[in-house]
Amino acid sequence: MTQPLLSVRGLQRRFGGITAVKGANLDLCEGELLSVIGPNGAGKTTLFNLISGHDRPDGGTVRFGGVEVTGSTPERLAALGLARTFQHGRVFANLTVRDNVLMGTHSRMKLARPGPPLLGALRELFLALIRPPGVRAEEQALRREVEDILHLFGDRLIPRLDRPAYSLSYANRRRLEIARALALRPRLLMLDEPTAGMNETETAEMRTIIGQLKARGQTILLIEHKLDLVMQLSDRVIAMDDGAEIAAGTPAAVRHDPAVVEAYLGHRHMGGEQTPDAVALEASP
Amino acid sequence: MGAWLDYTINGLIVGNIYALLAVGLALIFGVSHLINFAQGSIYTAGAFIGWTCAQRLGTPLPVTMAAVVLGCAALGVVIERVGLRPLAGSARIAPLLATIGISFVLDQGLQLLYSPDPRSLPSPLPAWRIQVGRGTIGALDILIAATGLVSAAVLFGFLRFSRLGWAVRATAQDSEAARQMGVNTDAVNRTVFAIAAGLGGLSGLLVGMYYNHIDTAMSFQATLKGVVAQVIGGMGNVPGAIAGSLLLGLTESYGVALFGSSYRNLFAFVLLLIVLVLRPNGLFAGRQAMSPEPLTGTFIAPSRPWDVPRWAVAVCVLLAALLPFLPNSAYALQVLTNAWLYALLAISLTLVAGTLGQVSLGHAGLLLIGAYASALLALDSGLPVWLSIPAAGFVTAALGTALTWPAFRLRSHYVSIATLGIGEIVGLVILNWESLTHGPMGVTGVPPLTAGTVELDSPQASYWVALAVLVLLGLMQSRLLGTHLGRTFRAIRDDDVAARACGVSLDRYKGLAFAVSGFAAGISGAISAHLYSYINNETFTSQVSVLALTMVILGGMGNVLGAVIGAVALTGLPEVFRFTAEYRQLIYGLVLLLMIRFRPQGILGTA
Ligand SMILES: Nc1ncnc2c1ncn2[C@@H]1O[C@H](COP(=O)(O)OP(=O)(O)O)[C@@H](O)[C@H]1O
Ligand SMILES: [Mg+2]
Repeated sequence: MTQPLLSVRGLQRRFGGITAVKGANLDLCEGELLSVIGPNGAGKTTLFNLISGHDRPDGGTVRFGGVEVTGSTPERLAALGLARTFQHGRVFANLTVRDNVLMGTHSRMKLARPGPPLLGALRELFLALIRPPGVRAEEQALRREVEDILHLFGDRLIPRLDRPAYSLSYANRRRLEIARALALRPRLLMLDEPTAGMNETETAEMRTIIGQLKARGQTILLIEHKLDLVMQLSDRVIAMDDGAEIAAGTPAAVRHDPAVVEAYLGHRHMGGEQTPDAVALEASP
Repeated sequence: MGAWLDYTINGLIVGNIYALLAVGLALIFGVSHLINFAQGSIYTAGAFIGWTCAQRLGTPLPVTMAAVVLGCAALGVVIERVGLRPLAGSARIAPLLATIGISFVLDQGLQLLYSPDPRSLPSPLPAWRIQVGRGTIGALDILIAATGLVSAAVLFGFLRFSRLGWAVRATAQDSEAARQMGVNTDAVNRTVFAIAAGLGGLSGLLVGMYYNHIDTAMSFQATLKGVVAQVIGGMGNVPGAIAGSLLLGLTESYGVALFGSSYRNLFAFVLLLIVLVLRPNGLFAGRQAMSPEPLTGTFIAPSRPWDVPRWAVAVCVLLAALLPFLPNSAYALQVLTNAWLYALLAISLTLVAGTLGQVSLGHAGLLLIGAYASALLALDSGLPVWLSIPAAGFVTAALGTALTWPAFRLRSHYVSIATLGIGEIVGLVILNWESLTHGPMGVTGVPPLTAGTVELDSPQASYWVALAVLVLLGLMQSRLLGTHLGRTFRAIRDDDVAARACGVSLDRYKGLAFAVSGFAAGISGAISAHLYSYINNETFTSQVSVLALTMVILGGMGNVLGAVIGAVALTGLPEVFRFTAEYRQLIYGLVLLLMIRFRPQGILGTA
């Protein structure tokens, strides 16, 4: 068997009294789409933060691309080819759509290569100021690539290339964030609730887009509440509750797992988006 | 040994005074996440109210103290109502900047009312001292200690047992939840400001009597000490503020004992930096990640900057360059030379405060480094001036970045406090490092501007040099902002978490921005040194840092052209209207307040 692209073992994270992630394990192979589901507060986002370097685990290991990256910085993981979006949306509000996506290419820029300490940074400053032909050509190429990426979203973002991100609609900001993550040409794309707050049409559109990415061979780790979407797109699903894995396997198996059904029903009183899903679970044969 | 006991007692007494300042700051920070930079001005106001009562009206001490507490509490309520409540909902840093504006207005108001001359404020208490071991304690020491203890006890009782105190605690824990539960958070803020101001004023009165000296320039240091004490104890932590104050008082007192009185403040600020870097939540907080709360450190109002056409800028530069050919322009040249040097400082600051979103309050330190580097290189190393100035730019870029490095991991107003401390440290090191900097004597006979053998010390030549350097560095900065670096700086400002997810190393890009910024500021300081021919550690004070920030906000954060316009406006207009120096500070404060309130995006818009 080939080595998995991402491999998580026994990952733990405590916040004061509560343990948000209790020994998570997962393996993700190239080209696979793995979904993580679970009610609010299950620890999904914390798990994402631990994998992407935005938070440090209290225990366990993360290997990415065959390298141990536990407790690495987000910038190092980005350079290794890991891109993510954030549940509540984090676009650069005062940057244009174009510049937002260009920021996604940062870790691939030759100009921005780390180089030796201090000297690498000074070289970057110097080259940026004198702008030799090579530097200009790179910037041009990246700008063309940005438009290619944005075409994935039809005419949602292309007409707004030079608008600042704060002027976009909520759904467009979510799309922009995904575009920015794609600009990294990630080996692994991590999406945290990409359809949160979207209406049905927008959700369907997002499903098509994620489907297209998967068809291209993009490896994806997805957190999602809308179970229909999860069932249609995922190769495998992991269900979490209270920081622990309660079920894992094919979408159909996880869907009918009694622990999963109970977790969703148990949280029905919390309201929010999972209520219709819980009802759907209950109703499914 | 007796001396040590005296130093300990002195440290505790001074610590008590700091505690009266810091407790108010902690209460305010607790409920509104605001560092009240006007606290020192209220302290000064308290001293002067006390002086008026005791010396003019001849009131007995208890009446004087009551008048100070009530007068300052009223002042606190006014400040909260007029200066801060309207800013609810704007960027976190906005109210902080507003309190700086208020402090300018208050200080200058006091100075106009009482003149800047220092006054004596003798203690009416009997002059006996008790022998304790081999040290002594006086009546005033006991009064200060008792005031501290009684205030702490009353405050504790109020917070613990009164309804309003409960509301204050609830708001401090979670203001949104408190509001939803029906707590009147406006009343809470008002109360907290009143308490903070009352205690701060009392502190000013006691200090005035302790040193038998008050003047209108004592505000800033008082604010700084209160802030330092509060950072040591943990922002918003009231008992921590008391402990931090005592610790600060002792550290300073022992520092003075060991090294002499000019080291007092150096110890305070070094302690500040150490705590900020190692324990940003204060010495008494558990080891936890820094609270994610003050995330939005930037003062960037969403706006599209005004697109000023290039030809218009070119025409303005051309007109400016031709100005010296006008007859009778000597006075205008002098004013504008100064304006260009301030503009250099402002473009330097707008890069870090506006583009990068790190609101630095320590740029005066960079000016000092540049000025001293060039002056000393020219005088002591014999470097020609046309070489020493660019060399000073590089020295400032390197030193400034290295000194600010510890602050790179901080966010929002922690950055402002840290840079303020760093700026003060630069001045204090210059004061104390006599073998290099000539110490408190300053540097005399700094050679005038020359280029090779050409003397450039005529007003016209100085003007052109300053203008040319400004145009050059301004163009360079504009060019830089158009590259991926400008984009990266702005991304860090908007969301540093997302920037890191894109692979941006924060240290590297903050370092680059501070280096470029340090270069421009260093050049500005260097040229100034050669124009003034005399510099000392107080040539550029933190007031200059705040003035530069006002220019930057006036022009539009991050906007290069805006920074130049802000600098010309704030240095030029007071001349046009022939305001005297006292009124100038008042105007700077008012401009800062009005801009924050009514046009946070500045004249040309944020870029
Ligand atoms: N920074 C934090 N500090 C304290 N508790 C946190 C923090 N982040 C998450 N938690 C807690 O960890 C648990 C898991 O949260 P999260 O990972 O956001 O869940 P999910 O994404 O599955 O909804 C929750 O109980 C949440 O309150
Ligand atoms: Mg989540």
